[in-house]
Amino acid sequence: MMEHEHEIRKFIAEKFLFGEDNKLPSDASLLEAGIIDSTGVLELISYLEEQFKIKVDDDELVPENLDTIAGVCKFLSKKTA
Amino acid sequence: MNANTSIPPHLLEIDCAKELDQISGAIRSALGRNLHKRGLVLGISGGIDSSVTAALCVQGVGKDRVIGIQMPERHSAEVTLGLSALLADHLGIRKISVDITPILEAVGYYDKYDEAVRTAVPGYGREWKSKIVVSDITEDKAYTLFSVVVASPDGGVMKKRLELNSFLAIVAATNFKQRIRKMLEYYYADLHNFGVAGTPNRLEYDQGFFVKLGDGAADIKPIAHLYKTQVYQLARHMGIPEAIINRPPTTDTYSLPQGQDEFFFSVPYEIMDICLYGKNHGLSPEDVGHRAGLPPGRVSAIFQDIERKRAATRYLHLAPVLVTEVPEIVCDSIVKKDLG
Repeated sequence: MMEHEHEIRKFIAEKFLFGEDNKLPSDASLLEAGIIDSTGVLELISYLEEQFKIKVDDDELVPENLDTIAGVCKFLSKKTA
Repeated sequence: MNANTSIPPHLLEIDCAKELDQISGAIRSALGRNLHKRGLVLGISGGIDSSVTAALCVQGVGKDRVIGIQMPERHSAEVTLGLSALLADHLGIRKISVDITPILEAVGYYDKYDEAVRTAVPGYGREWKSKIVVSDITEDKAYTLFSVVVASPDGGVMKKRLELNSFLAIVAATNFKQRIRKMLEYYYADLHNFGVAGTPNRLEYDQGFFVKLGDGAADIKPIAHLYKTQVYQLARHMGIPEAIINRPPTTDTYSLPQGQDEFFFSVPYEIMDICLYGKNHGLSPEDVGHRAGLPPGRVSAIFQDIERKRAATRYLHLAPVLVTEVPEIVCDSIVKKDLG
């Protein structure tokens, strides 16, 4: 499992799926899967900033960093390194 | 040879006389057979959609059975009252004017809104002006992100991306306007045993550009199937005053002037219509781009955004979710052709 993957999966399951963990592949698009929309992206950013004490800059708000569990984990590892 | 062979030469052109006949007939049928109401009330803003809707209602049931409600407030554009009055006089319909500023003050809208903006721009004061703008989804980003643009009394302008709580607070406060207006429309409708006509065009209806139980609430939506381009065609056909036709589309919601493309669609309505039409008819981004004057990549981004907005706003169209079916109650949403 990637660094932070457990926490990210737990957040997504609790926040958007009411506790149901649908075993989403780590490279599946959260937008395409209909799990989050644009407001959901703001909720994800808010969680990352509060939980991990980071600041997500405007130019970091791209699908590469936020649209897959794998992408979020990689982004988070870079920001917390 | 025209490379653009997939796109009809008169894209989005309608037979206005036929459309007028169909819509006005549907309004009559809906009132008599679906709704069992005697006429229609609608909010009139001096904009093209409410103006055409009002004209269609008059065509359908006569001017004595249509009432236009003007509902300006502190942030309404100065032209709004004048143009809506022009429309009412042109159609010969009764107009009722209710300034909703005191109602908005009573629910604390102005304070709530200012407080919400201050969470993003701490120095924002009562004398400042602002609007909300959306990121350009045709850039290489997948997210619709909102920013607040503020203008200080000394002329300074600043733009700040909205974080979650600021965004939700601003949306929640702003939605008061549409919901208060709808509350008043239904008051007058109940008073006269009328129904309420909604005014979304196809782009707005499709993309969820309305407030649930605000401007999204209505008993009939006569132009929800028409692209905005087609609404303008009907306007010219029906002789809507030129001043209304020439007014740029606006949300008329915030203290700073704001186009609908700035707030929600991120491209002008003429382009959105072509893209929406193209998507609905399975046309390629290349063909649509050729017609819209956009690179195929941008059209693809717009296609994607159309789908995402549909998904994100699907709940706005839903009737209340029931635990199990109540089969005795049937929710008809298409005009009835026959009695019963």
